Amino acid sequence: MYTKNAAVYVAGVGVVSAIGNNTKNCLQALAASRAGIGPITSLDSIYKSTIPVAEVKLTNKALAAATGISPSVSRTALLAAMAAQEAWDDAGISAQHKWRTGFVSANSVGGMDKTEAFFSAFIKDKNRGKLRDVVNHECGAVTELVADRLGIKNFITTVSTACSSSANSIFFGARLIKHNKLDVVVAGGADALTKFTLNGFNTLQILDRAFCQPFDENRRGLNLGEGAGYVVLVSERVAARIKNKMYCRLSGYANANDAHHQTASSPDGAGSYAAMKGALELSGLQTTDISYINLHGTGTFNNDISEGTAIQRLFEPHYPKMSSTKAFTGHTLGASGGIEAVFSSLAIKHGIIYPNLRLQTPIQALPFVPEKTFQENASVNHVLSNSFGFGGNCSSLIFSKL
Amino acid sequence: MKTYIRATANISPQQTFGNAAAAVPLLQEPVVQEGNRLRCAEPDYLRYIDAKFIRRMSRIIKMGTAAAMECLQHAGVQNPDAIVMGTAYGCLEDTGIFLKKMVEQNEEMLTPTAFIQSTHNTIGAQIALLLQCHNYNNTFVHRGFSFESALLDAVLLLEENAATTVLAGAADEITDYSHGILSRFGLYKKDPVTNISLFERPSKGTFAGEGAAFFLLSNLASEKNYAALDAFCTFYKPADTKTVVAEIQQFLKEQSLTAADIDLVITGKNGDITGDAVYHNVLNTIFNGVSSGTYKQLCGEYPTSTAFALWLAAALIKEKHCPPVVGAAPEKLERILVYNHYQNIHHSLMLVSQC
Repeated sequence: MYTKNAAVYVAGVGVVSAIGNNTKNCLQALAASRAGIGPITSLDSIYKSTIPVAEVKLTNKALAAATGISPSVSRTALLAAMAAQEAWDDAGISAQHKWRTGFVSANSVGGMDKTEAFFSAFIKDKNRGKLRDVVNHECGAVTELVADRLGIKNFITTVSTACSSSANSIFFGARLIKHNKLDVVVAGGADALTKFTLNGFNTLQILDRAFCQPFDENRRGLNLGEGAGYVVLVSERVAARIKNKMYCRLSGYANANDAHHQTASSPDGAGSYAAMKGALELSGLQTTDISYINLHGTGTFNNDISEGTAIQRLFEPHYPKMSSTKAFTGHTLGASGGIEAVFSSLAIKHGIIYPNLRLQTPIQALPFVPEKTFQENASVNHVLSNSFGFGGNCSSLIFSKL
Repeated sequence: MKTYIRATANISPQQTFGNAAAAVPLLQEPVVQEGNRLRCAEPDYLRYIDAKFIRRMSRIIKMGTAAAMECLQHAGVQNPDAIVMGTAYGCLEDTGIFLKKMVEQNEEMLTPTAFIQSTHNTIGAQIALLLQCHNYNNTFVHRGFSFESALLDAVLLLEENAATTVLAGAADEITDYSHGILSRFGLYKKDPVTNISLFERPSKGTFAGEGAAFFLLSNLASEKNYAALDAFCTFYKPADTKTVVAEIQQFLKEQSLTAADIDLVITGKNGDITGDAVYHNVLNTIFNGVSSGTYKQLCGEYPTSTAFALWLAAALIKEKHCPPVVGAAPEKLERILVYNHYQNIHHSLMLVSQC
């Protein structure tokens, strides 16, 4: 039974990123305009001193100690467990009620950090390489390590649509609640830095050798990041039983495809336009209702002009405040939608707007300028969060104040 | 709301696709391979995909997009309202190529093509690109639940009236790398057998398989619909065999059915003595006296093999005939239950009926 207008609330949030190991630390860094980007320390790569990245400042050992998951599994699972556990604890859902609970997670390359370690031995001799390094290669295996740790069994799945993965996992989770299939869904995503993705993005020549400058006229590319972000989505019935105040409501979402190119966005942002427009339609909101857009804003030449053009087409002439928090966290790929969903929820809860760090010269072809400073006591009623990915996969979410 | 299967297309190790499928009655002359790895019979892709796209595509991308295109052709649908995919492993060949070069060339002089196409959503994206389809597009990558998750997304979209036609499918490939690694985990049979003699001598291990199958699902009545997907469900890591039985009984109860209402049970038996015991217990406990059949002797074992099974169930209902290679023919073929488990972790049920 599907109820289109059934409310889906954000009851808890959890995040780990280059700017903080939990929600509180991330918020402090956002308020202090402190980015988490720096030289590579965790990967054994030839690009160690030339390509900056946004690393989570915890070793696998430390993550394992904090989560109770083995330090020998993929860092993606460790990061996911860290943020998902924080979100779960934050929601304060009593164990007394046997709610139907799901875990809908996302990642882009599963246990690739371990697989690439395995591969250097394996390609020399197919009988070599430790099997424990590939046993959790699949994206879904990473999800199961976390679901088993959280004790979630009723429903488990994994979405992988490149950089829009966790926006899609969040709204799939919301739909499961609206269809009355589940009462509670922990939804979001995670990705650890890997040499595979670092080298892949490097071949595309879209990695900035300096700190990235999203939505700047002179932007040079993106910085890869790592992390995890999860929200706990609950139904009206569950929300009524929780003492804590809900962060916000997930009021709109949409998924569309750009159908332009496997990796590049169309010049007019057809996919991103359709995703934003679809999310607005579902929420029943007008463009003028949106207080803040958390941009996809990777810092690549192509994404920012495409996304900006789509925003211009949809919002002209009234532009909400906007910024890309990827200037803080780097582009965390499969985790970005989850991390930015947490930041969006926090923006509503605390009435804050994040700065678009390092913005010097706004894109001249666009009629708006992203926010340059951290703002408190802002009126933040509805936040639009964009996540666009390879394969033309574009998704937008709208979070609304209660 | 009813979910109809309006068309299917299935590239598998059997002659299930295109002209090859049309030449012989359904699975009348099964393809027999020896060893422990079944490879797909690939079609002439030029019939389905523009030559300039084919050149850059790896095998799984070609199989996936060709199956999708053929399915849409059969359905007479040009632009589906949504495209949803399931794949457990994604594009392994491209992943392997990029990894190998990265290691061997010490991260230098790499080219982007294999990386670009290694992304798990590549097949769904390529279908959208070929069709110029801007609609909903999603990819699920959850091991033995990948296809079932895509089906769930499809049915939810239909129930939401967000779509009336959904192209849903699954694809997984075996590569030399993946076969080598999975063999080291002891997944496959060590003694040479043939796929169709898979169940003759029970032993450890199974036969590796692969495939790409697509379905055009719709909530609208049409003369072209030939089966209905009445219900499906998944359950994760059941504690014991009792729980498995209870889950299946609950599923039947929710559909107001008893075992006697099922004409044929198709199980995911794969020749592995431990895994098959789960099916034997279910057949003996719940489906005593009900006809049963199997499908992995045809397509091998892989996490999205249930897409082959759904294709098979729909085909049997359409043909009103059960070929001997599947199982003994029941009296009638109006309602089929598919029950599969992947490594006793991911269990799934699909109920298919005539419409």
